[in-house]
Amino acid sequence: MRLLLSGNEAIARGCYEAGVAVAAGYPGTPSTEILETIVQWPGVKAQWSPNEKVALEVALGAAFAGARALVTMKHVGLNVAADPLFTAAYTGVNGGLVVVVADDPGMHSSQNEQDSRNYAKAAKVPMLEPSDSAEAYEMAAAAFEISERFDIPVLLRSTTRISHSKSPVVIGERKELPPPQAKRNPQKYVMVPANARVRRVALEERLKALAEFSERCPFNQIEYRDQDIGVITSGVAYQYVKEALPTASVLKLGMTYPLPRHTIEEFASNVRKLYVVEELDPILEEGIRAMGISVSGKPPLPPYGELDPTLVAQALLGEAPERPSEHTSLSEIQLPQRPPVMCPGCPHRMVFYVLSKLGATVFGDIGCYTLGAAPPLSAMDTCVCMGAGVGMALGAYKAGYTEPFVAVIGDSTFVHSGITPLIDIVYNKGAVTVLILDNRTTAMTGRQDHPATGRTLSGEQTHELNLADLARAVGVQDVHVVDAYDLYALEQAVKSAIKHPGPSVVVVQRACTLVDRHSWKEPMQVDVDMCTACGVCAQLGCPALKPPIGDSAVAVIDPLLCTGCGECAQVCPFNAIGWFGVE
Amino acid sequence: MSKTVNVLIVGVGGQGIVLAGEILAQAALEDGLDVKKSEIHGMSQRGGSVTSHVRFGERVFSPVIPAGQTDLLLAFELLEGLRYATHARRQGLILLNTQKILPAPVLAGAAEYPEDVEAKLRENGFRVVAVNGLELAKQAGHPLTVNVALLGAASVHLPLSDEAWQKALERHVKPNFLEVNKKAFLLGKEAGFTELT
Repeated sequence: MRLLLSGNEAIARGCYEAGVAVAAGYPGTPSTEILETIVQWPGVKAQWSPNEKVALEVALGAAFAGARALVTMKHVGLNVAADPLFTAAYTGVNGGLVVVVADDPGMHSSQNEQDSRNYAKAAKVPMLEPSDSAEAYEMAAAAFEISERFDIPVLLRSTTRISHSKSPVVIGERKELPPPQAKRNPQKYVMVPANARVRRVALEERLKALAEFSERCPFNQIEYRDQDIGVITSGVAYQYVKEALPTASVLKLGMTYPLPRHTIEEFASNVRKLYVVEELDPILEEGIRAMGISVSGKPPLPPYGELDPTLVAQALLGEAPERPSEHTSLSEIQLPQRPPVMCPGCPHRMVFYVLSKLGATVFGDIGCYTLGAAPPLSAMDTCVCMGAGVGMALGAYKAGYTEPFVAVIGDSTFVHSGITPLIDIVYNKGAVTVLILDNRTTAMTGRQDHPATGRTLSGEQTHELNLADLARAVGVQDVHVVDAYDLYALEQAVKSAIKHPGPSVVVVQRACTLVDRHSWKEPMQVDVDMCTACGVCAQLGCPALKPPIGDSAVAVIDPLLCTGCGECAQVCPFNAIGWFGVE
Repeated sequence: MSKTVNVLIVGVGGQGIVLAGEILAQAALEDGLDVKKSEIHGMSQRGGSVTSHVRFGERVFSPVIPAGQTDLLLAFELLEGLRYATHARRQGLILLNTQKILPAPVLAGAAEYPEDVEAKLRENGFRVVAVNGLELAKQAGHPLTVNVALLGAASVHLPLSDEAWQKALERHVKPNFLEVNKKAFLLGKEAGFTELT
């Protein structure tokens, strides 16, 4: 059957057909849909784990038990999971273990840009890089064969343009594997120094065998055409090269660690000018130069952001792209930006309104609520990585920071990486306030469940982690639970927590408005006689509310967008917003 | 068909752009063509600017359309049509939905929404087909069928078979909404023809 699949769907399908029994991960754009796809098929136990480190350990345990196991994450998730990965290269796997990591060149939905190919070299594990969905599907299955044959975890690296692009794939049937069998072997799996030293040497042998395999690997292919220009490339950059230089010879590397030295030497000796085209870090280029092979000139491609066919053509051919319309008067018009905003009815909006009003310093975190940094709320001072805000707030306290300040973290992010720094706040006696914005989902990545929602990836009911109880259990005595839509209660709780001389937690509760559509109410209305055009409502930045600015003498609410949450009605000092019946 | 056809769909998160791209790509697949579709998820439900690249032909390589090579720019919103016009070929075709959605900086009074978008595009040599997608969708029976109505209008300018479009709609639209969407597609198609002449 020929289907149009995204790279993520293709990876899921390839893994499913390869007989994967256990799949774990933590949501992260652009990797999220892999587990959401694979969970729908029978025979796969798929789960969201609290974070990527746990997910990789779950998969490693499944592999130890002899099952084929998959773990998925975005690039920054691999930082979290790096600890088990590096040692899993030593222990090896038993059942095949494939680690899918999706990079985000151009940072469409990420706080930084990383090239996960560095991890293959650093952790000493093989890496495969697909260039479209059909290859993602094939490589996913092949990765398990490689993992088992060489007794090592395999990294399958995607990028946004692979994961979130669709192209045709011819799919097959699931391979039924014999029941998994564990092979207990403490010398292999107990990495105390004496055993680890032996396994370190064994790893070197496996890498040598993998390097030989790389020479014969069908994913590394030479396409000879005009031999004046030869290009070595991998991943989606291959597609850009084919588009920009259809007549050039190409060495397409699908297995990018370890590199196939002899194949590269052969290709290099058969082309007059040799170029390397790769997105992000110059990893292939440095690897090839280190082999003593000279690369002619360096195409002036940026080591950051996404490539595209135009950039590749410019760099290699020096041709300006045909882009006629750029010369028209249109390029001179200043157009308003259209940044993403918190949805109408978003339960995060009021928290940031309160923090903005109090002028508090906000140590923020990763999630939809990071949008609280944008005007008009403008209530965030830092955002670094999952959980960072909580630890940073303690650091600021220790440094004697005198301004009122809080840490703000979402429910899913708190479970991912916020619990240990909260324990640190209690342990090291920080008078720090942590606001947990509990919208009962992992919202930014498209609303996935997590341990505090009481539901699993497959939709089953499970124990619901109570965040307030957890805070009390680790020793926080000042714990508040408030409704995110209740302005008065929210403001009182935040003020009281900041004043408290010890650790405080405020759990701000209200389900994400996109999850909880059935509680949407009638759209709010503006009483035009009561509205004084004071502009206070403008500070909420709600897309459903056009504030009394410019040609609008009074506030106007868009009934198609408004969810009736009532936030604007509470901030209006003149009671001009409410439900006033039929107009 | 030897040449790759490039369609860039642009608009605002929540307008159904991802689904429109899906249906178009599926129609190309149904006609036995190679096809690639690429878009950026993540911000699509938060009122941000959204684009979907759809390319089809005998063999398609890059999932993103090279600069200035968009054959048909399908703009779901006026400002977004203006923003992405430079991606179209010289004298390229812009199918423009006449809907206006004010972005946050305009709502906040920090920026002005551009005037006379259609005229500006024509002045710059683009062929513009303007349709009122929301009106067509309402006529069809549901305001949320704007995306399919616009696809209907676009279909007039794309070398894909009627059968392929129908199959693609059947594959991607929930059965309860299939009839109203088919109607929206037809109304869009009529509008696409009328505006052309």
